[in-house]
Amino acid sequence: MDELINEFIAETREMLEALSGEIVAWEAVPDDRARLDEIFRFVHTVKGNSGFFDLPRIRALSHAAEDALSAVRSGTRSADARLVSAVLAVIDRLAELVEALETGETLASEDDSALIDALSDAAPAAAFETEAAPANPAARTSSRTIRLPVELLDRMMSGVSDLVLARNELARRIRATGDAEMIAAFDRVSVTVADLRDGITRTRMQRIDHLFAPLPRMVRDICGQTGKLVGLEIDGGDVEIDREMLEMIRDPLTHIIRNAIDHGIESPSARRRAGKKETGCLRVCARQAGNQILLEISDDGAGIDGDKLVNRAIAAGVVTAERAERLNEAERHALVFEAGLSTAAAVTDLSGRGVGMDVVRANVERIGGLVEIESRAGQGVVLTLRVPLTLTIIPALTVAAGGQVYAIPRSAIEEIVRVKGGSVRVETVGGAAFATVRGRRLPLIYLRASLGREPHPDPAAQSLVLLRPAGADLYALAVDDIHDHEELVVKPAAPAVIAAGLYAGTTIADDGKPVLLLDPPGIAARAGLTLHRRGAEAEVAAAPPAAAQGPAALLFRTFEGRKRLVPVAAVRRIEDVRPEAVQLSAGRLHVALGETLLPLEGCGRAVPDRPIRLLRLNDGRSEIAYGFADVVDILPLPAGLVPATEPGEVRGVVLVGDEQAELLDLHWLFERHGGRASTAEAAKPVCAIPAGDPFMDGILRPLVESAGYSVVASGAPGSESASIVIASDEAGEVEPPEGARLVRIRAEAEGRSDSIHRYDREALLAALAGESPPKRRRHRG
Amino acid sequence: MAELLLIVRLAGERVALPAADVESVVEIESLTPVPGAAGHVAGLAALRSRVLTVIDCLASLDPSRRLPADAAEAVMAVVDGHPYALLVEAVEDVVEATGERQPAAASLSAGWRRIGRATIEAEGDLLLLADVEALIAGPVREAA
Repeated sequence: MDELINEFIAETREMLEALSGEIVAWEAVPDDRARLDEIFRFVHTVKGNSGFFDLPRIRALSHAAEDALSAVRSGTRSADARLVSAVLAVIDRLAELVEALETGETLASEDDSALIDALSDAAPAAAFETEAAPANPAARTSSRTIRLPVELLDRMMSGVSDLVLARNELARRIRATGDAEMIAAFDRVSVTVADLRDGITRTRMQRIDHLFAPLPRMVRDICGQTGKLVGLEIDGGDVEIDREMLEMIRDPLTHIIRNAIDHGIESPSARRRAGKKETGCLRVCARQAGNQILLEISDDGAGIDGDKLVNRAIAAGVVTAERAERLNEAERHALVFEAGLSTAAAVTDLSGRGVGMDVVRANVERIGGLVEIESRAGQGVVLTLRVPLTLTIIPALTVAAGGQVYAIPRSAIEEIVRVKGGSVRVETVGGAAFATVRGRRLPLIYLRASLGREPHPDPAAQSLVLLRPAGADLYALAVDDIHDHEELVVKPAAPAVIAAGLYAGTTIADDGKPVLLLDPPGIAARAGLTLHRRGAEAEVAAAPPAAAQGPAALLFRTFEGRKRLVPVAAVRRIEDVRPEAVQLSAGRLHVALGETLLPLEGCGRAVPDRPIRLLRLNDGRSEIAYGFADVVDILPLPAGLVPATEPGEVRGVVLVGDEQAELLDLHWLFERHGGRASTAEAAKPVCAIPAGDPFMDGILRPLVESAGYSVVASGAPGSESASIVIASDEAGEVEPPEGARLVRIRAEAEGRSDSIHRYDREALLAALAGESPPKRRRHRG
Repeated sequence: MAELLLIVRLAGERVALPAADVESVVEIESLTPVPGAAGHVAGLAALRSRVLTVIDCLASLDPSRRLPADAAEAVMAVVDGHPYALLVEAVEDVVEATGERQPAAASLSAGWRRIGRATIEAEGDLLLLADVEALIAGPVREAA
């Protein structure tokens, strides 16, 4: 609302400025029709706009002036000097009111009735003469907002993008000199440039409200045409998104909403029969997740009729009947994105025959976004659009093929694997290449072939980039080498370059050389991979493990940029979480994943400020989350571990290629988090405590455990191996097992000197520590 | 005022470009090839932080020919917001036209007819006035 008022103020002021000349001219020639029209339009516009807000004074004044002027326009009244003065006085007052609105001050003159009366036909000429003194423009306060042409912002943005590129190149050259002072000085420049870039990027951001504002009216109109009842809920209008991106998602959003009402939400009578409220609910919700905007459009309609859709898909030749048999529920629903399909029983003039969803997907993917659909029969459909925040700077992976470097947008990359890694099998069937990666058979495209280059002399030395450009159609792209992750400023490519069908844009790498940004869907299309070959991505029996190689290990980068390895077998899955899911509690970071709370490692003790990726590590019984920056590769665990000198989360260092990578010590990690791994348990010294005592059990026990003991009840199996026995000073004779120490505790602050007060934490820990620490260390893995 | 012309050498001939269409004269140091693009697209070059699409004007004139690999002199022009570098055999000079544009003679060969929209007189010679956009479009448009 504030934003709208500001816009109203800005617009009114602009009109006033433009009008000032007209007013003077009108004063000189009151019957100048063109001037009269100008002024009439102004008061009319102000009246209309003020109606949106609760601005009764502005509305009354502009209304009165409009009436008077419209009488002149229709010829029932003549424009004499008296009327001109009265109108001018009203306009001046309007200007004051608008100023006051912005500064939040109140006006000295609270009463507008004299001004309004002066406009009336019958008013005596002298009634307002004292009022008509010109308003003093110098009294205006300086405004806090300015309006800028969007082109200017675009120019600034492109200037800053160039600056970033120039900085990158300069940084590279300065680093090459090795001059520490120069590097430090330049780092400051570098930080400033980054701030500047962020600032300019933000100036181009607009609240997504602008996209949502026309929706209520649109929904109302569509309901009118379809006879449906729909309540619209909008959430997250304050999310900001790049202006350009906003324009790009306007059409897809419109399509989706039309579809949701036209095809999704049932007629009131059908809803009644289904036991639902007559009024359907359509929810549009935006939120930011990292550098993506999530736009969720959900309805509570009938959902997608999977069978009907599949039948149509078969009829339209989109899938074969046998392929359709094997589709899972999600894949069946994803068929709505195929061209030429529509589930509406009758083709309506609103959504047409399947026009829409395929176009929606194409449009969203063109800007590097994704569309996902989730449907539950009878309960509705949720469509999720994921789009990047901005079009101009994207994270990308640089790769090499045929002696040249190319960039791939990271949003399309699912995974990177090495052909030699053993987890990949490459085969050729009838001229088409396939890669089997951990049991998944994917179409394989050689980038060299796409580019018309010579095949690689040693295909097995290549790496595969698994690309999911279209949200569903995973394929493997073979490249010679993986270079680096970089943030690239993308520039539109010239039409002659786009015509090749392989590139999405151009950019400049840090070394100042131009780099082509590959277009993953274009490459797939050029290679003859059509969407309908999705069947090629079939589950196959797990590939036989490569013999004589270590178990597969995941190579990843930590937040500090270190490369670390973890055996794949211990990784349950990789997840992205929002920073809100992470909390520092009980001195450690924990992350909430759905219903489960896991200890979080790999992030130090700082709660992350942006979404992070997690490895969910599993020892068969418990789980630990490990935060990391990105996955580098999956490869056989190299031999030749150099053990770490200190116990910690790193077990040792191995060589991956010619780089060092640290191997995670899972044993240490799980032990640290109280994982009840049996080996760790056995290694712990045992402490026997009296059974059935609430203090002992509820309060003392955790303290003893935190000191590294495993706790058993006195007399229970296992207590005979205790190295410490704790007993109350009120207990009678206690016979500790051989070699064990007896610690007596008492409930009172004062008491026997051979006992410890039970809330004397330090003395308790000291007694427990008496012999335990060396023993613990000795037993650790 | 007489029209300013930039004289370049192409296929051994002196050819005029309207100086108004030219942003600057640049030297292309290294090229990043664009695999898959039309033959007259020599590649990409970086000029400060801009990415220039480099056009081999000889290939644009005659699809069967290419400028030698060491050709470096180019004319920079911006068309539809995209910066281009037009590689030529040599960039000679800027001269003033001594006459008005005249329609090109119909007897020109196909390639020249495509890139040359007019003839113009300068320094006592009759020069072909090449069209920047036609050079950039290359022979593709005709093939399509």
